[in-house]
Amino acid sequence: MSNVRVAGVGLTPFGSTPERTGRDLFAEASIKAFEDSGVPRDDVDALLYGNFMGELSEHQGHQGPLMAEAAGIQAPATRYESACASSGAAVRDAVMRVRNGEDDVVLVGGAERMTNLGTAGATESLAIAADDLWEVRAGTTFPGAYALMAQAYFDEFGGEHEDLAHIAVKNHENALTNDKAQYQRAIEVADVLEAPQVSSPLGLYDACPISDGAAAVVLTSEEYADEHDLEAPVAITGTGQGGDRMALHDREHLARSPAAREAGAEAYADAGVDATDVDLAEVHDCFTIAEVLALEALDLEPIGEGITAARDGRTTADGETPINLSGGLKAKGHPVGATGASQIAEVAKLLAGTHPNSSAVEEATTGVAHNAGGTVASATVHVLEVVE
Amino acid sequence: MTDPETGVQDAGFDDWLDATEEGDAYYLECANGHGSLPPRRVCPDCGSTDLEEVPLPETGVIETFTVTHVPTPAFEDDAPYATAVADFGPVALTGQVVGIDLDAIETGLEVALEITVSETTGKRVIGFSPV
Ligand SMILES: [Zn+2]
Repeated sequence: MSNVRVAGVGLTPFGSTPERTGRDLFAEASIKAFEDSGVPRDDVDALLYGNFMGELSEHQGHQGPLMAEAAGIQAPATRYESACASSGAAVRDAVMRVRNGEDDVVLVGGAERMTNLGTAGATESLAIAADDLWEVRAGTTFPGAYALMAQAYFDEFGGEHEDLAHIAVKNHENALTNDKAQYQRAIEVADVLEAPQVSSPLGLYDACPISDGAAAVVLTSEEYADEHDLEAPVAITGTGQGGDRMALHDREHLARSPAAREAGAEAYADAGVDATDVDLAEVHDCFTIAEVLALEALDLEPIGEGITAARDGRTTADGETPINLSGGLKAKGHPVGATGASQIAEVAKLLAGTHPNSSAVEEATTGVAHNAGGTVASATVHVLEVVE
Repeated sequence: MTDPETGVQDAGFDDWLDATEEGDAYYLECANGHGSLPPRRVCPDCGSTDLEEVPLPETGVIETFTVTHVPTPAFEDDAPYATAVADFGPVALTGQVVGIDLDAIETGLEVALEITVSETTGKRVIGFSPV
């Protein structure tokens, strides 16, 4: 089976650009990805594109062909919608297409336009990732659902808001050097603790921002990379996906993410690695508590202990396993449909030594990208390794 | 009840709200004893299509809760309000905690179902009131 090479990546700045259309954002990301890869547009066999709320934010469905046009490629294009895991799911299918020989070159990515909706509109749009009848109509918001998990975690395993605050502080610190990040400013624990409450126990600084942005990645087969002398030292060597019941109240555990555990186990086995091999990870920290649940699901921390990982320095840039060196969703931003592909881009750059924070992980050979949808009713995990 | 704004009725869900308002709340039980919420044709646990309406236990216990200060527009005038997951045994439900000080809500609190309405939209909302 062929390794799937990351030939090039492109990101727009993540942030607030309410006037920019999704097609404009994705065009920019794709131009950068093609420039980075040196792969001609003519060679692309397919576009797999992630987007979540396009109908609500842009009155635009059927975005696949639109984005192929925006990227200047003549190839079949399909949109993937899996809430916040939309482009993670697209990457997974792209990997499988290249592996099975169906395609040699795939453009995979995603975009989201959100800030034009305003806070209320974006809150409403994000909420549709939950069960409309049984959760949203009871007043559940996206932060509210994660708050239910945070409270359940505190009740079951202990921990307090201050522990979570250290996660936000760490991810902001990491974003200082990332010129694509929405927040390139340091915060302190006190800032998190004193911020206005959004949904107790989570406050404004426990939450990722509402963001506009796009990500694009050019994936190729190993044969194509060799034949065309591409500089593509990093491969996606493992892919996994997990699923869970839609509504949080239908889960067996309110403070765990079995879908992410399933996705992680599958991706580790696929790559032939285990959690002890992981040198760094980009995990889905839409809220501070989400990073805790992700670390535990990926076996990077024992169940019930992930809450102290940032506070005790295990996941900081100088720690044993740096987590979210890009700044994570928390500080880099979370344009929903672009997030999974952007994580792949960050991990690939960190491993290739081309990321501003690569110096924190100079010897790194193995990285993981974890992308979650809704309250983790969907999850994809990818393992990336240096192969050249 | 048909939604006055959209003209849409959600069969199964609205029927459940009607029944619950009458004091006849139920859940669906399959031949293997798995509980689930309507509308549903297939048991999500085992795939059984033999589902029966069974009375919901009178009381449940709050498993986790949150007080939301930043709501969706549909609950703009309701904030701050508490949402909780309550375990009723065969099924768990998400609802708003009513009839209690927001500060007094805690995990383990025993509650009964009480259909309330959104102050913002007047639409029915699943509520939990302490017993
Ligand atoms: Zn069953």
